[in-house]
Amino acid sequence: MLSEKAFAAIEAAKKRYPDPRSALMPALWIAQEECGGWLPREAMADVARVMSLEPADVQSVASFYSMYYKAPVGKFVLEICHNIACDVLGARRIIDHVRERLGIAPGETTGDGLFTLKTVECLAACGGGPCMQVNSRYYENLTPERVDAILDGLRAHAEAGAPPPLPDERPQPADDGDAA
Amino acid sequence: MPEVKILRKWVHDPEQHRMEVALSRGYYQAARQALTEMKPDEIINLVRDSGVRGRGGAGASCGMKWGFMPKEPTPQRPNYLICNCDESEPGTFSNRELVEYDPHQLIEAIVISAYALRVRTALIYCRGEFLFGYERLNEAVQEARERGFVGEKIFGTDFSLDIIVHRGAGAYICGEETALMDSLEGKRGHPRAKPPFPANVGLYGMPTTINNVETLCNIPHLINHGLEWFWSMGTAGAPPEEPQARANWIKSLGTRKSTGTKILSVSGHVKRPGNYEVVMGTSLRELIYDVCGGICGDHDLKAVIPGGSSMPMIPKPIAMDVQMAFETLQAAGTALGSGGVIVFDDQTDIPQVCLAIARFYKNESCGKCVPCRIGTDWIYKLIQRIVTGQGRMEDIELIRDVCINLGGERMMDSRSYCPLGDAAAWPIIWGGLKYFQHEFEHYIRYRRSPVGAEPALVGAH
Ligand SMILES: Cc1cc2nc3c(=O)[nH]c(=O)nc-3n(C[C@H](O)[C@H](O)[C@H](O)COP(=O)(O)O)c2cc1C
Ligand code: SF4
Ligand code: FES
Repeated sequence: MLSEKAFAAIEAAKKRYPDPRSALMPALWIAQEECGGWLPREAMADVARVMSLEPADVQSVASFYSMYYKAPVGKFVLEICHNIACDVLGARRIIDHVRERLGIAPGETTGDGLFTLKTVECLAACGGGPCMQVNSRYYENLTPERVDAILDGLRAHAEAGAPPPLPDERPQPADDGDAA
Repeated sequence: MPEVKILRKWVHDPEQHRMEVALSRGYYQAARQALTEMKPDEIINLVRDSGVRGRGGAGASCGMKWGFMPKEPTPQRPNYLICNCDESEPGTFSNRELVEYDPHQLIEAIVISAYALRVRTALIYCRGEFLFGYERLNEAVQEARERGFVGEKIFGTDFSLDIIVHRGAGAYICGEETALMDSLEGKRGHPRAKPPFPANVGLYGMPTTINNVETLCNIPHLINHGLEWFWSMGTAGAPPEEPQARANWIKSLGTRKSTGTKILSVSGHVKRPGNYEVVMGTSLRELIYDVCGGICGDHDLKAVIPGGSSMPMIPKPIAMDVQMAFETLQAAGTALGSGGVIVFDDQTDIPQVCLAIARFYKNESCGKCVPCRIGTDWIYKLIQRIVTGQGRMEDIELIRDVCINLGGERMMDSRSYCPLGDAAAWPIIWGGLKYFQHEFEHYIRYRRSPVGAEPALVGAH
């Protein structure tokens, strides 16, 4: 199922580490990327073969980590943080808003295959809460209006090839720092 | 302003991640000096005497840990260095900024540390969500390799080093050092029993040192500016002159005092949330009111989690009076932890905060040991029952009981296999329940929020 290119990338990863087994996580990333963002069983079997491991071994590792998806996901995976800092700043409202707007509950994918909604734990962006990641890109300081704009932008990106919506500008410092 | 700019000095420059820019700011001079003019043990001694303590959560003396590493590793039994960039402790977001915007500071730190620890292969473990940081680190390592700062015979010396950047895939427990090593070996991230300690049996069974990103980033500055400079920041005061007293004073730094700066990630109800670097011992009051502009909407302060979600929250009267340092927060019944400061205003529903904390540890328990696997689930279910208006008065004692069976009678009296179990129990029993039991009782008695908050988010996973 995996391409020659993917096999070559996994072989290269095996050589990078002191012990080739360490390349299992990189191999799963390579496979997931190649398979449209999730890990079909056959892809894990391919990984097992190239890693000289049992398929059950690979599945057991893949199932431990939440970012390896074991079922198909939408083109955009909306991962909204619902941990403490985001929660007290209104993450619930954001999650409810997305649920209503897209008509899906956490864990579900829209009928058009565009969006999957997930609630996730702290993304290390608490200073910009509420926040979310969409395919590993950060969007911070979310409001319902901003979420609408991001969803529209993502749809335009998928349907008309528009550039994806930009994350927030990084806040600039008050001064350029002169200590030490 | 008590804010200082040492580790964070250049993080706001969008070009800082490029090698030319880093070099124009004097980067890699400390590495050159260390490798060409200093002996490995001189660096270990410098780090030990500086008193720098681990910034990743536990606050162990970095130099002491380094001292346990074998001095003469062999090709069959090499030493390893791992940089922990798994940063998943709720409330903490400073490592992300350092690797995304100033990766060369960390690479230089790793070159120096690896040389001191006689390491030929160093690994950086980045949490899976940090794709951008992971890419930035890979680019920085590549640039360093092109300049000969990483690779064979660095700076013309006999020292060679390879740096591997590894990407995790979503698992809080992989921040725990032994689980991280299992994960790096291509396995499920399950913690290992200690002892043996990593300095003895670590990655691939070999001697290993593991340090947090921020801990390591201190090292080049220490080489550049020296001990007196480092000591001048923090809670230790000035060293005594008399040699014996001075030696004792130095010895006490790594365990009883806090030296250098700490990056605090401030979130929650403050006007200017963000990362701030302050000297150890800065007061929490100054941090919240001067540095971060005070509480949003001119509400009053209710409570603060000072060191990431694993550490108990403290109510306003204690928070107003405490200094941000290892020993002072410990004396206040909590800990500096990872430096994640979450601020709550007087409108905050504390049982709901506890529910979010409990849910997190329930979700992230690796399931290896029973007290944690079952205990975290119980804590979550009990708090959920209270917060959804189904609670009984006995539930409060039941929560306490489960917490004690998980985290022990006192802090540091652990009953689970790894510290995640303690981290699940402490913030509930020594934070939420200790100071805000009345809010839980209010929920049980009146079946609604003590502050009129919207219903809690339940059922989401
Ligand atoms: C559940 C758990 C999660 C942890 N997560 C992290 C983390 O994300 N980053 C980190 O540096 N240390 C983390 N630690 C602490 C590490 O185990 C270890 O103490 C630290 O990396 C040592 O580095 P330091 O001495 O420089 O702080 C965690 C510990 C536990 C128990
Ligand atoms: S305490 Fe929790 S996280 Fe740690 S080993 Fe036990 S089950 Fe796993
Ligand atoms: S709590 Fe949401 S990013 Fe940390």
